[in-house]
Amino acid sequence: MTKKILTCTILVLAMASCAFGAAFKIGGTGPLTGGAAIYGTAAMRGAQIAVDEINAMNTGITFELRYEDDTHDAEKAVNAYNALKDWGMQVSLGSVTSKPCEATAAENFADRIFALTPSASSAAVTDGKDNVFQMCFVDPNQGSASAQYIADKKFAKKVAVIWKNDDVYSKGIRDTFVEKAPSLGLEVVSETTFADGNDNDFSVQLTDAQKNGAELVFLPMYYQPASLILAQAQAMGYAPKWFGVDGMDGILTMEGFDKSLAEGVMLLTPFNADAKDEKTVKFVAEYQKRFNEVPNQFAADGYDCVYAYCQALTQAKATPDMSAEDLCGKMIEQFTTMTFNGVTGENVKWAKNGEVTKDPKGMVIKDGAYVGLD
Amino acid sequence: MTMRRLINLKRVEARRIYLTYFIVIIAYVICQTMSSTRILSSTMRGMLVPICAYMVMSISLNLVVGISGELSLGHAGFMSVGAFSGVAAAILMQSVIPFAPVRLALAMIIAAIFAAIAGFLIGIPVLRLKGDYLAIVTLAFGEIIKSILNNFYMGMDSGGIQFSMLSDTTRLLPGGKLIIRGPMGISGIQKIATFPAGFILVMISLMIVFNLVNSRSGRAFMAIRDDRIAAESIGLDITKYKMMAFVLSAAMAGAAGALFAMNYSTIVANKFDFNTSILILVFVVLGGQGNMLGGIIAAAALTILPEKLRQFSDYRMLLYAVILIVTMLGTNNQDIRNFFAKLNPFRHKEPEEEEAA
Amino acid sequence: MIFLNYFISGISLGSIYAIIALGYTMVYGIAKMLNFAHGDVIMVGAYVCFYAVARYNFNPFLGVLLAMIVCTFLGIIVERLAYKPLRQAPSLAVLITAIGVSYFLQNSALLLWSSNPKVFPSIIGRGAFKLFDGELSVSHITALTIIACLVIMVVLTLFISKTRLGKAMRACSEDKGAAQLMGINVNATISLTFAIGSGLAAIAGALLCSAYPTLMPTTGALPGIKAFTAAVFGGIGSIPGAFLGGLMLGVIEIFAKAYISSQLSDAVVFAVLIIVLLVKPAGLLGRLTQEKV
Repeated sequence: MTKKILTCTILVLAMASCAFGAAFKIGGTGPLTGGAAIYGTAAMRGAQIAVDEINAMNTGITFELRYEDDTHDAEKAVNAYNALKDWGMQVSLGSVTSKPCEATAAENFADRIFALTPSASSAAVTDGKDNVFQMCFVDPNQGSASAQYIADKKFAKKVAVIWKNDDVYSKGIRDTFVEKAPSLGLEVVSETTFADGNDNDFSVQLTDAQKNGAELVFLPMYYQPASLILAQAQAMGYAPKWFGVDGMDGILTMEGFDKSLAEGVMLLTPFNADAKDEKTVKFVAEYQKRFNEVPNQFAADGYDCVYAYCQALTQAKATPDMSAEDLCGKMIEQFTTMTFNGVTGENVKWAKNGEVTKDPKGMVIKDGAYVGLD
Repeated sequence: MTMRRLINLKRVEARRIYLTYFIVIIAYVICQTMSSTRILSSTMRGMLVPICAYMVMSISLNLVVGISGELSLGHAGFMSVGAFSGVAAAILMQSVIPFAPVRLALAMIIAAIFAAIAGFLIGIPVLRLKGDYLAIVTLAFGEIIKSILNNFYMGMDSGGIQFSMLSDTTRLLPGGKLIIRGPMGISGIQKIATFPAGFILVMISLMIVFNLVNSRSGRAFMAIRDDRIAAESIGLDITKYKMMAFVLSAAMAGAAGALFAMNYSTIVANKFDFNTSILILVFVVLGGQGNMLGGIIAAAALTILPEKLRQFSDYRMLLYAVILIVTMLGTNNQDIRNFFAKLNPFRHKEPEEEEAA
Repeated sequence: MIFLNYFISGISLGSIYAIIALGYTMVYGIAKMLNFAHGDVIMVGAYVCFYAVARYNFNPFLGVLLAMIVCTFLGIIVERLAYKPLRQAPSLAVLITAIGVSYFLQNSALLLWSSNPKVFPSIIGRGAFKLFDGELSVSHITALTIIACLVIMVVLTLFISKTRLGKAMRACSEDKGAAQLMGINVNATISLTFAIGSGLAAIAGALLCSAYPTLMPTTGALPGIKAFTAAVFGGIGSIPGAFLGGLMLGVIEIFAKAYISSQLSDAVVFAVLIIVLLVKPAGLLGRLTQEKV
């Protein structure tokens, strides 16, 4: 499998450089090894598919993509970023995960290399940097949007929150959710945490939610611990409503996962691999063909990032011989004015501070597939 | 003072110490020149400060493991204490001391003090234990420090500095700023760590350790390491000397942590976990226990190695593991060593080796 | 009743720690080395079991058996290639080599089986026994884990105290030189210890992933460290100690989460460990070896 990808990449790179002459050098860092490897690998693969499609389309824009491993660590991310800089990166995909991206974003800002991160969602990534943009929702917005959604749809009055205590993403969403909930008439009756190293057993967290009478449990976390929570809740006979965030996407594609466990789970996610629109169908089919698995939200974000770049570079009439700094200015101009349609949302716009605006889609899992909530 | 002491030393040891200083200075001059003339790649330039920090960590742990003879598996914890206290101090001083090098130096000193206090507090229970039990307790303390910092909040407003644990209940006044934010760590750090500062820290650490080793205390350390009971029987206060080594080592680790943290715009407690402690231990073991020069070379080599393996993409970390295993086998197995020794046509008996063995 | 539920969760988690800790403690007792790669052998065992059961539709118990065979061989190979050449080397060198092996296994798993988490099929279904009108529920896997842990502990104790091979193992752990003089094949005995420890790791892997059904290349790493803590807690080198240490660690972890703070539970667990070691410097059931002058 890996060999195939490698050969594939090499072939594509060779093609890109021979057939089309110069290409834009686009680089990103992400965890390709270690515990968070799934996110980095997905984003890299999504971006690679987009690059190959665009290069084959003959639009005048061609890309050369390179991803470097940062093992989900800020120090390694800066090393990886520097390696990309030595390679001659012109526009950057930032980093895949939040903390490493905070570190590389500071470098992007100092070096004047434009960055569009697929999935680093903490507010500190873009804070105070005019040339760092996000493709995904910023965490605080997800927290308040989730609270709003739960209150609007009157899903529950009493809610429990289980969050990951050593994770920026989880903490960011939890903070605004808990802050916003009381003003919307939601009562947070139970709040419990877990961390790396004690993320196996959730009996205490679930018992606490149950005994405090939570009707809905909010899970601001990635899908891997969420799958454990759902399984353990079922084993103890606790069946509240479940509400997740975009990190929950992917739960249905875990090999061996009993989809009935996720029946009725609601989540706000910008991407839905089962959507029937042309773009999504095409992307999902290609991803499945190449990697033999269903793409998750990270892959979709990576894919959209490259297409957003393609659109911005075309509109700016940029050419690959421009310096990173020149491109940076042009990209800032484009991204703050353009509207983008991708697989993770229609009418996507960016604010001056780099935050994205797109509509989160409320989804519910029915019969092992996503169905729109509205 | 240093000079006279060194003159009194055995020639072999003095030579080794001068060689260490010499190599470090030469390496610095070369790197600094290459860096300022831009011959050095961005990758290498970006690694200069972390390499210095890891070198100091290696020296620091070598004091405990190599010279004092105790195994510590939680050294990243001290680095963490230093990183957080140092960076917080630097942020607090930002408006008072605008000159970055002074701020950096002060921050490193404050970091060293905080880490030394942590080292002292931890040392009281830890040093009553021995061997692997001591190792596991240091591991435990490393994890406890990580866990506490993941739940620690600190902010500053016009009313002064506010702390809270578990959740942010500091209730800062308008205009206040939350500096340490639990699991989100510290963001927006000004990158004031520089390579010259790192070099100076490495030199200071080396001087401290060499002076200590060749002092009365240092000889006491080694006497305790080599035979605890004999040392005790001649009236050496074992706990005192062990504590001294431990606290000093923690202080150096704290300064290194501050240097390291101020090279990045963000820092989280999870960075300084068990794996980082182990990484530092690998420097020490690979470089040879008690061998400062070996330790700092290993620190530099093992920091650069994963970057040089990037061309192997997916197989990078696998290769790293293989290189680590093969190196350990190659340097520690007598048969393999003899085999390589036979290959070397210019081999001659090294008096230093004999003495060390 | 909630208290009892927590207690059972704790025992269940603790039983898994205990089985892993047994592997640590046996190897330590005989080879005097901390085998940090043990946690990753668990992961390999779990993956073998996963592929046997989920992909090739083996009977779950056959899957566990296959995993045990693979892990036993893996244990022996690792010992031969990486640890045996270092028998005379300082213990720290062996420790670092073990860490190298751990990285190697994790990264091989990443390349072989990808980073995507797999959901482990439970070896005996997801049902539960309901007691006291459903107030107390004990899942089948919890019951199986506790029984498996007890059986392993009893069999292992009998093996060590009654059989010739067991005696050889004890002799090696007391004094390798003297054992060799008595005609015991020390190298073979150490290999045997690794084989048994790794076989147990496969069982632990299957149980860990049945109780907490998610499997990634890093699955073994953190439970490995916890189990190592458990082994020291009980007195490293002591088999009943590993058992007791594992159970206590599990219970303390769950209680700390429930009654103190879920955020600080790890800190509490390690603080208890430190206190225990200060009162009993060789762990709960460990022996303090008298130093010879």
